[in-house]
Amino acid sequence: MKPAPFAYHRAHSVAEAVALLAELGEEAKILAGGLSLVPMMNFRLARPTALVDVSRIDGLSYLRADAADAAGLRIGALTTHRTVETSRDPAVLNGFGVLPRSARWIGHYPIRSRGTFGGSIAHADPASEWCLLAVLLAARIMLTGPDGQRTVPAADFFEGYYSTAAAPDEMITEIWFPEPAERAALTEFAPRQGDFAVVAAAVSVDVADGVCRSGRVVLGGVGPLPVEVNADPLSGQPATAATWQAMGEHAAGQIDPPDDAHGDAGFRRRLTATLVSRALAEASQPGDEVQA
Amino acid sequence: MTGWIGAALPRKEDRRMLLGRGRFVGDLTRPGLLHAAFVRSPHAHALVNKIDGTAASQAPGVERLFTAESLGCPYLLAMLERDEFVPTAMPILAGEKVRFVGEPVAVVIADDAYRAEDAAELVEVDWDPQPAVASMETATAAGAPRLHDHGNCLVDLLMFDDDRLPEIFAGAAVTVSATFSSARVAALPLEGRACLAEWDDRDDQLVMHVSTQVPHQVRSGVAQALGLPERSIRVIAPDVGGGFGLKCVVGREEVAVAAAALRLRRPVRWTEDRQENLTAAFHGHEQRYRVKAAFSQDGRILGLDAEIDCDTGAYSVFPFTCAVEPLMAATELPGVYKVPAYRARGRAIATNKAPAAPYRGVSRPQIVLVMERLMEKAAAALEIGPLQVRRANLIGKHEFPYTGVNKITYDEGSYRESLDLAEQIVTEKAWAADRDRLRSAGLRAGIGYACFSERTAYGTPTMSQRRMRMTPGYDTALVRMDPTGEVIVTTGTCGHGQGHETTFAQIVADRLGVHPGQVRLRQGDTDLASYGWGTWGSRSVVIGGGAAGRAADVVAGQLRKIAASQLEASPADIELAEGVARVRGDDHASIPIPELARLVHFQAHRLAEDLRYGLEARATFDPPGTFSNACHVAMVVVDPGTCAIRLRRYLVVEDCGVVINPMVVDGQVRGGVTQGAAAALLERVRFDPEGQPVSATLMDYLAPTAAEMCAVDIVHLQTPSQFSETGAKGMGEGGTIGAPAAVLGAINDALSDTDVRFDHIPVLPQDLSAALNQAGAVP
Repeated sequence: MKPAPFAYHRAHSVAEAVALLAELGEEAKILAGGLSLVPMMNFRLARPTALVDVSRIDGLSYLRADAADAAGLRIGALTTHRTVETSRDPAVLNGFGVLPRSARWIGHYPIRSRGTFGGSIAHADPASEWCLLAVLLAARIMLTGPDGQRTVPAADFFEGYYSTAAAPDEMITEIWFPEPAERAALTEFAPRQGDFAVVAAAVSVDVADGVCRSGRVVLGGVGPLPVEVNADPLSGQPATAATWQAMGEHAAGQIDPPDDAHGDAGFRRRLTATLVSRALAEASQPGDEVQA
Repeated sequence: MTGWIGAALPRKEDRRMLLGRGRFVGDLTRPGLLHAAFVRSPHAHALVNKIDGTAASQAPGVERLFTAESLGCPYLLAMLERDEFVPTAMPILAGEKVRFVGEPVAVVIADDAYRAEDAAELVEVDWDPQPAVASMETATAAGAPRLHDHGNCLVDLLMFDDDRLPEIFAGAAVTVSATFSSARVAALPLEGRACLAEWDDRDDQLVMHVSTQVPHQVRSGVAQALGLPERSIRVIAPDVGGGFGLKCVVGREEVAVAAAALRLRRPVRWTEDRQENLTAAFHGHEQRYRVKAAFSQDGRILGLDAEIDCDTGAYSVFPFTCAVEPLMAATELPGVYKVPAYRARGRAIATNKAPAAPYRGVSRPQIVLVMERLMEKAAAALEIGPLQVRRANLIGKHEFPYTGVNKITYDEGSYRESLDLAEQIVTEKAWAADRDRLRSAGLRAGIGYACFSERTAYGTPTMSQRRMRMTPGYDTALVRMDPTGEVIVTTGTCGHGQGHETTFAQIVADRLGVHPGQVRLRQGDTDLASYGWGTWGSRSVVIGGGAAGRAADVVAGQLRKIAASQLEASPADIELAEGVARVRGDDHASIPIPELARLVHFQAHRLAEDLRYGLEARATFDPPGTFSNACHVAMVVVDPGTCAIRLRRYLVVEDCGVVINPMVVDGQVRGGVTQGAAAALLERVRFDPEGQPVSATLMDYLAPTAAEMCAVDIVHLQTPSQFSETGAKGMGEGGTIGAPAAVLGAINDALSDTDVRFDHIPVLPQDLSAALNQAGAVP
């Protein structure tokens, strides 16, 4: 459990990081918090020839509201999970409260203190809380490469287990959540506190006058990437437990989950039905709005 | 006595541990230290055609590559003197054949641990894979591939065979038949195995620092494997970060590192990583019981018949052998219950998996689970209360000493009293009301009991019945007082987290009338201590502490005599307390103990000849063993939507006789309950059908954390043992022994509205989900 030999480079700016990546070639990897990459290197499952350490780059740790005419939220790639979790910024809590509320599902305190938002998105674990929420909230992933910047919708960014649309010489610099989601929730099941979710469910609903107008459901742990399921049964239904349960069953019927040591497909379907229903119940409650 | 026994004294060990100043093998440094990395088999079963170490030997930093051939094919051989036992020599490095994934075939010695691992990857092995045996079912099937020439059954013992049983079963009101099983688990000490071996020219000796529970057995194992006199090896266990049985056997890696240091005359260290620890160290606990029990109409057990199979992995472990689990199980299955007729057959089955070592509790977690489930099944069949059935069978207070059908004599305990008290506390604290409230809120909740005793502190009178070639049991202590009145105690027991530095000091301090802070325990060093058997089997405070107490009594006698000569009194009238020797009833006639120590060492000529040169004594203790007992009660809550099973309440009413230090005892109980509950709810070493381990990381092998536990309430009863110097009974394993049965009972109670019942551990959420689906139960 010691990594194979590799070269270590520390980048002090995004430009330097991107230049190093271009120079070092496809076998180089970005090192941020190292929570996923370093264990894989220790198991020698990942054997990058070089690491480009971006953790000392200034100015990539922030949660920032869009300018006054827009309602979005921008998160710097090096923002730690813990920073998101402890944010009391009204710009975050009003409209994006699901982000700090969901952070508590990520690992344990030391993990949340080191792991980064951008690192989770780049790692693309199909059960990752941030990946699910990026898809649910239609986030855009900002990539910086040798040819400048581009943004990719989260739904197009994740391509499979641990695989994304980022090119080897590109670095995630920001995740932009363009639209607030007052009524959104994420819940999950893991065998122990802090483990990777066996199934995670992220949902949002639009409820008015006790009636659900629409909703979205994105699932983790049921396929190689975050899976959005059809949520039509929510439309026009009363915002009641029966509606949420029916949607849970509907979601469970749409998936083809994998079997592994933590759960077979049947168990994952049971979890999906339960977790979707519970997440919808939570999301439909009025949010904890904070005045500036 | 001044009453240090029973005091909740903070542990002497804690200061250095909490400040990060403990000294573990990994903390040691040596000039020119070399590092070992093992080349391990990727196959569960394969012939080794050729090992090509050319590239590895030329890799940067590599000092040497050793294979079985270049080391002279050393091996460890554990022996049982029984015809039914098949010996399996465990090669230090496998030469011709590998028998599990992770078995070492070569070791690279390099100047850096990273480079050693890089070079190990370059060793090319030509494997000839063979069909693997990944389960006991496969191993015992007709035509199964054989691990060893003799076949896959390494021990087959018919321990008891009462010919009245057919008749008893024919006439019984109820017969319960069931199969029980428990998964393979890993002991998972926080510190994995580690050793550092170096040659010492001055002492003409190989000095080994080893993370072990049994320094003397490591010395014996290395000496036997490498053909050396024991004197030429010194084994030192520095601070050791837990063992749980994994380190009470000798690892082949330790012998390989010793051999490398001998050949190279350079210090060599190996530090096991977690993947090696989970795959290539030792496992245990994988057992299956096919049991039949006959009961009378009023719930008395009339006869018991058990076929016990233990998955022992690829080899017998040194020195205990593969018989340790089946022998323990077949001998002790009846437990706290009066079983009048008994038949038991125990087998050890070889499979292509890592060898099984004794794991905390050794078969007792399983046999308690079996007996408690039998009581519950009989209660259900007879439609009487499960506690009533237990009470109908428990050995009663006035029946001790009780000799059972298994020919074991149980010393006095509080079997019924602990159950009565546990039930009383559960009633007072309204557990049933809490359960019913949870049930009416749509959750499943249940309460489970486990009554048990455990034989602890097995001395040679008991151990000899196993017929091991190396029969453990006794231990020897040396107690010395220095010229300033401080006390040094050496023992052959070897604490590795149990707080012995504190509890042994409490025992000795009371006898010598000094403060425990003045008593220093030196343990874990084969050159300091007499031959001893280390720390396992809940033996140390009873046997090592008993020996220390006896030796301290002799030193106390020496002190009394010297004090009597100075105070012109009779030795019988001298009492030692609070640092002084005084004449009983005369406050003015006293002399400080350090003054006596000074006299003996520096003014010997002033003492009568028979009082000179004293203040030290050696004593040995070798008891038959003593039974601790307890009643555990667990409450679980099952989330019907996710099938998550959570512990909600836990109660232990335990009796380990005289409690030396309640904080230490409570810590052992809490740790043990956590480990036992995890065996019921989380832990499972898994293999695929080809014998590939699939729980090789701590993401796949689920150890419990504080978040998975609930508070554990602990109540002590104290029935002193007549077989113990201090009245204390061993208690290191009880938590682990009782918890699986109590938790399983609680799960089954939570499912009482369905037909689903479990007779295996662990019960995982996915198992529960599948069982509920199959039973058509509403979630």
